[in-house]
Amino acid sequence: MMTFLLKGVLRDRGRSLFPFIVVTTGVFLTVTLYCYIRGAELDVVRSNANLRHGHVKVVTRAYAKDVDQIPNDLALLGASAQIRDLEREYPDLEWVPRIEFGGLLDIPDAHGETRAQAPVAGFGADLRTPGSPEPGLLGLANILVAGRLPEASGEILLSAGLAERLKVGPGDVATLIGTTMHGAMSMANFKVAGTIRFGIGALDRMGLVADIADVRKALDMDDAAGEILGLSRDGLYRPDRLAAVAAAFNARFAGSGDEFLPVMQTLRDQPGMAMMFDRIRDVTNIILGVFLLAMSLVMWNAGLVGTLRRYGEFGVRLAIGEDKGRIYRSLVAESLMIGVLGSIAGTVLGLALSFYLQAVGINLAGVLKNVSFLMPIVIRSRVAPAAFVVGFVPGLLATLVGTGIAGRGIYRRQTAQLFKELES
Amino acid sequence: MNDGMIIRTTSLVKIYPLGEQSITALDDVNLDVRTGEFAGLVGPSGSGKTTLLNILGSLDVPTRGSAEVLGERIETLSHRKAADLRNRHIGFIFQTFNLLPVYSVYENVEFPLLLLGFSPAARRKAIQAALEWVHLADRAKSRPSQLSGGQSQRVAIARAIVKKPALVLADEPTANLDAENSHGILRTMEDINRELGTTFLFSTHDGKVIQHLRRTITLVDGRVAKDEVRSGA
Ligand SMILES: Nc1ncnc2c1ncn2[C@@H]1O[C@H](COP(=O)(O)OP(=O)(O)O)[C@@H](O)[C@H]1O
Ligand SMILES: [Mg+2]
Repeated sequence: MMTFLLKGVLRDRGRSLFPFIVVTTGVFLTVTLYCYIRGAELDVVRSNANLRHGHVKVVTRAYAKDVDQIPNDLALLGASAQIRDLEREYPDLEWVPRIEFGGLLDIPDAHGETRAQAPVAGFGADLRTPGSPEPGLLGLANILVAGRLPEASGEILLSAGLAERLKVGPGDVATLIGTTMHGAMSMANFKVAGTIRFGIGALDRMGLVADIADVRKALDMDDAAGEILGLSRDGLYRPDRLAAVAAAFNARFAGSGDEFLPVMQTLRDQPGMAMMFDRIRDVTNIILGVFLLAMSLVMWNAGLVGTLRRYGEFGVRLAIGEDKGRIYRSLVAESLMIGVLGSIAGTVLGLALSFYLQAVGINLAGVLKNVSFLMPIVIRSRVAPAAFVVGFVPGLLATLVGTGIAGRGIYRRQTAQLFKELES
Repeated sequence: MNDGMIIRTTSLVKIYPLGEQSITALDDVNLDVRTGEFAGLVGPSGSGKTTLLNILGSLDVPTRGSAEVLGERIETLSHRKAADLRNRHIGFIFQTFNLLPVYSVYENVEFPLLLLGFSPAARRKAIQAALEWVHLADRAKSRPSQLSGGQSQRVAIARAIVKKPALVLADEPTANLDAENSHGILRTMEDINRELGTTFLFSTHDGKVIQHLRRTITLVDGRVAKDEVRSGA
């Protein structure tokens, strides 16, 4: 009987093709958008974690309070000992020290007079210790525009945008005018080793990356670190687990009021990030909901048209001896077949496009001018395992709901009436 | 009902509500049909022939009175029981053939057997036999759209008799056929009636059909006006 129905479905284009196309399209869009959003989320998480916040971050309580002013006078002292402790306690996380700083970059001319000047937002990371994870985390090799990575003490990387504005390039000298940890003015000479482009608005406008040893020297921050970032070794951010880790870590010092005790924060705790995660979840749910609704409506409509067209057939089938329940179930079974086939086709197409977008990405430079968190300019899709099923649920549900409602007409009509439509 | 009656109606009334008013389509119909009869309901359009056939075929229920078909009281049957009765024992033939267009001749005839759960081998044998009865064994693979009206009605007959029902109800089966085809399918049905003992009840106002009937039951305004058995027919 199932084969018999399937034959009918496949041969009657009007019955199968339109619903099939609707389901395929809906599922295709669902899968594609889902992968793209997942990709955006992962890209945003990766940028923010690797460049700025880690999956967790350890700072002093006082630093945490005034974090937007980059209060290096409140930095963690004895950073190497603290990192050793953290490594011992949380071996599945990789721990790296960072110092963020602001300042003025001064470019001298041949006579030592200021030729150009610009504010910079820089950070120091361990770029030169052999085996340091930092060049990899920052992806420096991939984003180098000109020159090379710092090899000797005193060498820095400038964002390409900043370098262009200041008209400097590899080999040029630049002076950083900043503030030491103790509040004094500091001036330190650096040599530009190379220029980089992060593909992230704020960093590309005024970014400077230096080796943390040089930054410590320049800002008088011996063995200090503004922040210690912890990143899981497999690169995956697990919000719930890390929230528990941070809570346990912080509970240890709960009794004390000392402002210089360390505090651990998760990526989600960082400014703008919680909202970003929630937004992404909301948008995902809304998109899935909208597609489910739209597909259901279209399928309902297609089902109505289809069953109206087929009242004659139902009449014959009733006369031959099917009961209404059985005809109704066969309608649902037919739509189930179409739903399954359409969902498979839509998923395959959606995954294909998503794999392509995972490799290529879409450039969003125009859209992303004013966001508070780091947002990469090129967003790639991400084919997560859930993408293989995320389209199926709405696809099948829509077909079943649509046909289910439309098919009830069979019950509402008097048998004789269905039968009468044979004669017209 | 072991008295050889396949159909017995008692004071059968069917009233259709129509807005404020109502239409009495059948008005106190009392009718007996014996197993093996070749009988017809005749009468002008609107006299209640289709309504009566639909009730006898358990597609509709009487408003009052009783219709007993193959020992079942139609007015008491659930939807499922009614479907079961049609499925096992009753074949329908319609004025407009009503073949399922997406299925081949073979598959159209196969459909009732699928509902009855016949095995593939039993299906093949029964379909072959039914198509031979209607002289269409060579068109098994054709689609309904490739058939003439006469051929289509033959397929419909094959579909109605393939499960060897006790009763075939044929509602104006020749209304869309020319004279030659009309006589052709009636001869076929006469053969089936004679050889298989299938009871046939027609509705018609077509003289060509009436010629073949051995009994004519005339309906006028929902009442049996005349009931004649033709000797020697
Ligand atoms: N579903 C229905 N609703 C209302 N009136 C109906 C319906 N079916 C038939 N009738 C009416 O009942 C009467 C008998 O109709 P019908 O049985 O179709 O007659 P026949 O088949 O002899 O032409 C007619 O007056 C017709 O209009
Ligand atoms: Mg009629």
